[in-house]
Amino acid sequence: MENKTLSLDEQFQNRIDNGDNIEAKDWMPEKYRKTHIRQISQHGHSEIIGMLPEGNWITRTPTLRRKVALLAKVQDEAGHGLYLYSAAETLGISREELNEQLNSGRAKYSSIFNYPTVSWADMGAVGWLVDGAAIINQVMLTKTSYGPYARAMVRICKEESFHQRQGYEIMLSLCNGTEVQKAMAQDALNRWWWPSMMMFGPRDEDSPNTEQSMKWKIKKKTNDELRQQFVDQTVPQAEILGITIPDKDLKWNEERGHYDFGVIDWEEFWNVVKGNGLMNDKRLKDRNEAWDEGKWVRDAASAYADKQATKRAKKTA
Amino acid sequence: MLQEKLYNYLLHLGDNSMILGQRLGELCGHGPELETDIALTNISLDLFGQVRNYFQAAAQLKGGDATEDSIAMLRYEHEYRNTYLVEQPNEDFAHVIARQFFFDVYHQLVLRELMKSKNETLVAIANKSIKEVDYHVDFSSTWIKRLGDGTEVSHAKMQTAVDTLWRYSMELFKATDTEIWAAESGVGADLDKLKPIYLERVSALLEEATLQLPENTVFQYGAKTGMHSENMGFILAEFQYMQRAYPNMKW
Repeated sequence: MENKTLSLDEQFQNRIDNGDNIEAKDWMPEKYRKTHIRQISQHGHSEIIGMLPEGNWITRTPTLRRKVALLAKVQDEAGHGLYLYSAAETLGISREELNEQLNSGRAKYSSIFNYPTVSWADMGAVGWLVDGAAIINQVMLTKTSYGPYARAMVRICKEESFHQRQGYEIMLSLCNGTEVQKAMAQDALNRWWWPSMMMFGPRDEDSPNTEQSMKWKIKKKTNDELRQQFVDQTVPQAEILGITIPDKDLKWNEERGHYDFGVIDWEEFWNVVKGNGLMNDKRLKDRNEAWDEGKWVRDAASAYADKQATKRAKKTA
Repeated sequence: MLQEKLYNYLLHLGDNSMILGQRLGELCGHGPELETDIALTNISLDLFGQVRNYFQAAAQLKGGDATEDSIAMLRYEHEYRNTYLVEQPNEDFAHVIARQFFFDVYHQLVLRELMKSKNETLVAIANKSIKEVDYHVDFSSTWIKRLGDGTEVSHAKMQTAVDTLWRYSMELFKATDTEIWAAESGVGADLDKLKPIYLERVSALLEEATLQLPENTVFQYGAKTGMHSENMGFILAEFQYMQRAYPNMKW
C-alpha cells in the first residue's frame, strides 16, 4: 500500500516537473487538492470583498466617464470571483460552502481590502498599486500546475492589467491637475503604499509553505522576490507622477541592481490578517447582509424553477 | 428656440436613465447573489453609457463650456427632468425589480419610437440602446415572474413593491410641454399613443406572475417639471459631490 501511494505521488510530481497541467479529474494528492481549494477560494473571496471598497465610490465619481469605467471594473471583479469559484468547485467544494466560509469569517481574503477608500484618489491608488501588486502574483499563476486555475488566471490577468493602467491614469490626471488634486494623490499613496507591500505576504523566512508551493508550481518566486519586483517596477512610475513614496530608506542599490527599501510593519500586517483592521468587520457585515437579505430571493428563484419544471413535465406526460 | 427644445428633450431622456443608473450603482457588491449583482451593475453601466450619448449631444447644442459632466452634475435640483419612479430607494430586491420593470417597459417603447425620430442623433442613440434595453426588459420581467410566482414570502414582497411603486408609473406618460413638442415635431415619442400598450404589457406580465395592479391608485406627478421627492437631494449630494467640492478641475 505504502509503496503504491508513494509511486502515485512520484508520478504526480513527475507530471508537474514535466510541465503538464493537472486537470480536475486527474488523481492528485489530498494535500494538493486542499491547498488549491484554499488558495483559489481565498483568491475568489478577495475578488468578491474587493468589490466593496471600490463600490464605495461608484455613486461619487467625479465624471460620467469615470463612473462607467469604475462600474465596469467592479463588474469585472465580480466576474473574476465567479471564474475562481468555478475553478474551486472543480476540486469538490460547493458555492454554498464557499459562501459559508467567507461569510462566517473562517476563510481569509486579501487583507488589503480591510483598508478604507476615503478619497477619489484611492480609486487611482488601488488600481495602480493594489492591482499592480496583484498582477505580479497572478502572472506567475498563469503557469501554475492546476489547469482550471491557470486558465482562469490568463483571462483575469488581461483584465487586471487594464485595471492597473486605468488606476495609473487616474493618478496621472490628479498629478497633472491642481495642487489640491496632487495632494489628494500624495495622500492616497501615503496610505496605500505599505499595505500594498504587505500584499506579497510574510518575509520568506516566515513563510513555511513556500517550499511546497514552489514544488507544485503554485509559486515560482518567493514573497520577497515578488515584493522586490513590485518596488523596482513602481518607483519609476511614482517618479513620473511626481509624488513621493513614503519610505525614507528607499534608494537605488547599484550593487544589487535593485531598490533597497525600509522595514514593513509586520505587527500591523498580522493585526489586519487577524481581523483587527479598520474595515474587517464592515466588509464581512456587508457580505453577510447581502447574503442574508438575499435568501428569500434565492428561495423564490428555486421555487419558481421547480414549478416551471413540474409544468413542463405535465405537458410532456 | 428649436435647439432649446431639443436640449430639454435630451434632459428628459437622459435624466431618467441617469438617476436610475445611480440607484443601481448603490447596489454594487450588495446583490442577493453574484450573478444578479453582475446583472444589475451591467444595467447601470448600460444606462450611464446612454446618458453619456444624450448629454454629449446636449453639450453640443448648448455650446460654450458645456460638457456631458456639467450637464449631468452641475444643474440644480429643480432642473432635473427625471420622474419620481427612478428616484425611489432600493427598499429591497422586490422594489428594485418593480422599479426596474415599470421603467424598462416604458423605456423600450420610447426607444422604439426614437428609432424612427426625425433627429438623426436620437435615431443613432436609440438603435444602440434598444439592444441593451431589450435585455433589461427580459431581466426585470423574468424576476417579476420568479418573485411573484416563487414562494409565499416573495409573492407578498413583490406585491407590496408593486403596490408602492405603481403610483409613480403614470408620470412617465404625462407629457410635459417639451414632450408634447417632441411628439408633434416627430423628434420624440408620442406618450399618449404608448400608454395603452404599456398598460397592456404590464398587466399581462403581472397576471402571469400572479400579481395584481392596485385599484384606485392616486398617481403622483411633478418630478418631471422639477418638483422632486425628498430622495432627490440625497441622490444629488452623492452624485454631484466631487464636482461641487472640487469645482473646475479635470479628472
